[in-house]
Amino acid sequence: MSSPAPAYAADPGDDAYAALLALPGAVRHPGLETAFDVPRDQLLAAMELLRDAEYQQLMEIAGVDYPSRPERFEVVYCLLSLTKNHRMRLHVGAAEDTPVPSVTGIWPVAGWLEREVYDMYGVLFEGNTDLRRILTDYGFQGHPQRKDFPLSGYVELRYSEEAKRVVYQPVSLAQDFRNFDFMSPWEGADYILPGDEKAPPSPPAPPATPPTATPKTSEDTKDTGAGKPGPEAGPKPANPDVAPGKGQNQ
Amino acid sequence: MSDYLDEIEGQTDGGTAGDTSIANYTINFGPQHPAAHGVLRLVMELDGEIVERVDPHVGLLHRGTEKLIEYKTYLQALPYFDRLDYCSPMCMEHSYVLAIEKLLGIEVPERAQWLRVFFAELTRISNHMLNLGSHVMDVGAMTPNLWLFEIREDCMNFYERASGARMHAAYFRPGGVHQDVPLKLLTDIADWLDDRLPRLFEDAISLVAENRIFKQRNVDIAVVGRDDALRWGFSGPMIRGSGIPWDLRKSQPYDKYAEVEFDVPVGTRGDCYDRFMVRVEEVRQSARIMKQCLQKMPEGPIASLDRKVVPPKRGEMKHSMEALIHHFKLYTEGFHVPEGEVYVATESPKGEFGVYLVSDGTNKPYRCKIRPTAFSHLQAMDFMSKGHMLADTTAILGALDIVFGECDR
Repeated sequence: MSSPAPAYAADPGDDAYAALLALPGAVRHPGLETAFDVPRDQLLAAMELLRDAEYQQLMEIAGVDYPSRPERFEVVYCLLSLTKNHRMRLHVGAAEDTPVPSVTGIWPVAGWLEREVYDMYGVLFEGNTDLRRILTDYGFQGHPQRKDFPLSGYVELRYSEEAKRVVYQPVSLAQDFRNFDFMSPWEGADYILPGDEKAPPSPPAPPATPPTATPKTSEDTKDTGAGKPGPEAGPKPANPDVAPGKGQNQ
Repeated sequence: MSDYLDEIEGQTDGGTAGDTSIANYTINFGPQHPAAHGVLRLVMELDGEIVERVDPHVGLLHRGTEKLIEYKTYLQALPYFDRLDYCSPMCMEHSYVLAIEKLLGIEVPERAQWLRVFFAELTRISNHMLNLGSHVMDVGAMTPNLWLFEIREDCMNFYERASGARMHAAYFRPGGVHQDVPLKLLTDIADWLDDRLPRLFEDAISLVAENRIFKQRNVDIAVVGRDDALRWGFSGPMIRGSGIPWDLRKSQPYDKYAEVEFDVPVGTRGDCYDRFMVRVEEVRQSARIMKQCLQKMPEGPIASLDRKVVPPKRGEMKHSMEALIHHFKLYTEGFHVPEGEVYVATESPKGEFGVYLVSDGTNKPYRCKIRPTAFSHLQAMDFMSKGHMLADTTAILGALDIVFGECDR
């Protein structure tokens, strides 16, 4: 037994998806769940194929931002088959200026889902006739779910007593947003700990001074801070009950 | 007089005296409207009192939850889920917790799974009390809402006794639940299920279920066929009201739902009345599931013993250095979730509530997309209310069961 996550029908395997994999550029997406990477121009063909293969419902379209990729966005379609009791996903890559074909013709529910991805990431959907912003404010600028959009945003809203209306103003935080990094530095952090920087290879240090013949000692009481010797000054008599042991300096 | 006859000669309006021609006009429903169930703005195009077109404007409660989650550790992100659908908080946590567990691949002890089923069903009752009551109130009846709120108040008290919070429980945790429940709480809930809940609930429902006015306002309003329900991504009571027996608890069981017996009610016509009655029956089935939970719940740990995910007990920390270290690390750095992507959906009281979780192997989610139930239902508002009267929109909205914390995120 593993995790108690929802249990649906087992993955039917690549044979069942042969038609999908036969589309040029379609490959299986690695991971725990059934998923496929599909090129943009094959998306509609793949979707129609899957709708006819009893995937009746489009449950979700999720956008993901990977800024390091050449096509930075990924649009993820989550499909559900009620008759086969199975879920699967299709992943499509996209950039800011490469529109993804809209699937509103196949599933009308995609209308708002695509609007949300457009609103949050700025991915364009070709064929969606109503591609307005949906979650953000009227007249909002920018796409807040992008990784390079700051958490605090750029503008904040307040009621202005002078203007007698709600006004926008640049965000001013009394305390800067602090993002604590609790990652273990010894578990492969990709930065150098402060104070732990390895010095860059420098010219060899000058040879150390030769060890002095006479060891440095501090015999005088003014060096040791031991105070004046008392009347019973002199070496302390050894306690006969104490056996010299480890750590007692003999 | 002849002047006047000349003047009206070319006019084509041949109606009775006093008639004026009405053009379509647009009205604004909300954002602040008691029947809008939160901050919903509906821009409605009306022909007289007939609704021609509805354009719902959502997002007035958008708080950027998904963005905030990307900046929090997995455990810190959990309380945000309570605040999504604040009428059924624990069911929201359920999807998220299961998604993390699927990525981690950890086992969850029996008692924890039973407790989660138990409280998810309590949440379902609590959610339906609010929805049934407000639906009834939207179409004009006051009393049932007040009566049903009494049950909801009981649920809130049980919440408080289990988790310490009346609404935002944060009770489900990755690997189990936060803390064990006292035996007295379980016996009290058992007594409540046997006596108080059926008495109050059936009393309140008897006022509306066969009520002529209530039926006139709901029967044959916003009929949705099976094909439309599928195409528009319906789920939960909405798809069952349209006659499709689809319940994720039954077909894709999670936690201990595979081991409990319950029936899935379906509607026959797909109208608002069917959706209402599906929810009414779901409350009875939830009570049935809760009773089975009480019978089958074993003793034992309430969270996984994997100390890399679940923090140790307080007492253990007092004498074990290792437990102290685990506690410190879990509440500062948090646990790391292996790289991967999962889409996990559970049957929340409102429908399929899904979490698409992308992990990059660190202690924070790379992306956490929340699939709200209300999004697809509200989108269908346009075709559902087309041709109905203006007053029917409140009945349709009431039967959709929308909460904006979840819709707008």
